[in-house]
Amino acid sequence: MRREGSAFQGLGVVTLKELADHLTSIRLFVLELLVMVIALVTVYLATEQIRETTAEDPFLFLKLFTTTREQSPFSFLFFLSFLVPLMAIGLGFDSVNSEYNQRTLSRILSQPIYRDALLFGKFLGALVTLAIALIVLWLSVIGLGLLFIGIPPGGEEVARIFVFLLVTIVYAGVWLALALLLSILFRSAATAALTCLGLWLFLYVIWPMLAGQIAQIIVPPDPRYTALGLQTPGTAVLEQILSRLSPSTLFGEVVVALLDPTTRSLGPIYLSQMQGAVLGAPLPIAESMLIAWPQTVGMVATAILLFVIGYVIFQRQEVRA
Amino acid sequence: MSGDIVIEAHGLTKTYGRATAVDHISFSVERGEVFGLLGPNGAGKTTTILMLLGLTEISGGDVRVLGFNPAREPLSVKRRVGYLPDTVGFYDQLTAADNLRYTARLIGFKAIDREKRIAAALDQVGLSDFADKGVGTFSRGMRQRLGLAEILMKGAQIAILDEPTSGLDPHATSELLAIIRGFKAEGVSVLLSSHLLERVQSVCDRVALFSGGRIALMGTVAELGRAVLGGGFVVDIEAEGAGLAERLALIPGVSGVEKTGIAKLRLHADRDVRPEAAAEVVAMQGRLKYLGVQEPNLDAIYTRYFATRPDEEMPMKEGTLHAA
Repeated sequence: MRREGSAFQGLGVVTLKELADHLTSIRLFVLELLVMVIALVTVYLATEQIRETTAEDPFLFLKLFTTTREQSPFSFLFFLSFLVPLMAIGLGFDSVNSEYNQRTLSRILSQPIYRDALLFGKFLGALVTLAIALIVLWLSVIGLGLLFIGIPPGGEEVARIFVFLLVTIVYAGVWLALALLLSILFRSAATAALTCLGLWLFLYVIWPMLAGQIAQIIVPPDPRYTALGLQTPGTAVLEQILSRLSPSTLFGEVVVALLDPTTRSLGPIYLSQMQGAVLGAPLPIAESMLIAWPQTVGMVATAILLFVIGYVIFQRQEVRA
Repeated sequence: MSGDIVIEAHGLTKTYGRATAVDHISFSVERGEVFGLLGPNGAGKTTTILMLLGLTEISGGDVRVLGFNPAREPLSVKRRVGYLPDTVGFYDQLTAADNLRYTARLIGFKAIDREKRIAAALDQVGLSDFADKGVGTFSRGMRQRLGLAEILMKGAQIAILDEPTSGLDPHATSELLAIIRGFKAEGVSVLLSSHLLERVQSVCDRVALFSGGRIALMGTVAELGRAVLGGGFVVDIEAEGAGLAERLALIPGVSGVEKTGIAKLRLHADRDVRPEAAAEVVAMQGRLKYLGVQEPNLDAIYTRYFATRPDEEMPMKEGTLHAA
């Protein structure tokens, strides 16, 4: 009962068409402009701070992405973690339902391709667009950093920045898969966009706060720890597990491990585990990646899961509007 | 007509849960034939078309399109069949030619071949001057023509057109029907669905009348006319002359004479009695103003058919939900 031919026939054509559509759209131009302005401002603030405080740091260049002027939370990383979802949602929220609304779907599917190619192509087209935008952003930040600080990044710094870029593309992929899923579920682009933005706000802003509350309800804090001003281990662990359900938390943890080479663990840690550790000593990049590995795999898995759900629903949908 | 079959369906069935949209229909379309699927909205026409293209799953029965099974070999079918959906849509931000280029790439035409085919197809439907205009500005008629251009460009052996004339003004409809006749002239089989009967009648070789997911009647328009309206010809005469009605009733083959107005008579006969009727009027020194025979008309067939079988229209209601 195999169907004839390849499921990917026409994939390249669809991907290129989507890519061309995105790159010429006003939507992407606006999003990219927003991101570039923010990059410029945050990098400027970061260099101000770096010039004032840091005398010697082997990973000075990485500070560009994470530091900002004192008392200001607006680091490049801060903006990135919530603007990347916005860009992904902006590109994906109407990808399938617009085909229904423009009544192009049945015409395109009557060409010798499978639905698989159309859906894969839409995902890939948007992902490549996001990747291009992010690469441009990265190069701009590095370029500005070179101009402002005047010190070139070292080999390991470049490697870490590159892995950081790849992880950010994966993070974008998660939100893109979510936007694609909602564009399959809802015929109205506005409903899909609003639902997507709602989920984004919930997962990014509300969930991390809720996670703490829920953890305290399930595992009430031990008064002995509270008296010492410490978090109860059970509560802390549960809170972290819950908050990791949000891709934003996962992304934040990966980035901390990658951009701060002194990070040794992403969870609560017992003092006994710290025995023999030289505090503040940087880890090699491979070790940092190892620390961030579960979170990265978690993000990839989330993206695949969301895409597969969308894929199954799309395969079963009737083509007529 | 060579008599070779391009579409063959046996007991084709489509169910949505408990509702049956298409119920064991069987028909066949020959090469170079224009076959009409007629029926009210929700009678199962579009569902049938989607099953032929492999765009929706077949619940039961067997169908072959150019010898391929659309459920198992959809790519082979879709490579050879052109489809114009009900209210066809194009990417508004792209030009007409770019829309066709995208389709041509999906089909897999080579670059040089592509441009030639697109230019020829746009020329054939009279859209050459609009090739580089955005489709966003196109009228409905132009979009339908662009849809036909896509089928021409594809070099399809079968063109499946879903409600091609709905929502078009009379002029655009005539243009569209002319293009459909062009398909026939090139040996392309055309399967078209419609609920607008009079315009479609003029292009269809054979029609299938859909009702509640079944084919109620199938055949040429004349055959359907005999089956539904009863055998016989209806001849209208407008003429003056005393005792004309009585004289005309004596013509062999005339079964009845009906007075339809001042100096207007309607003859019911089992053959075309126009020559005899004319001769009678002239023989009586009467003044003949009008003499005409009523062709069997799809509208009349349709109305009569559904008026006499109101019960068969009932199951259609269930299907409307899905087929709208």
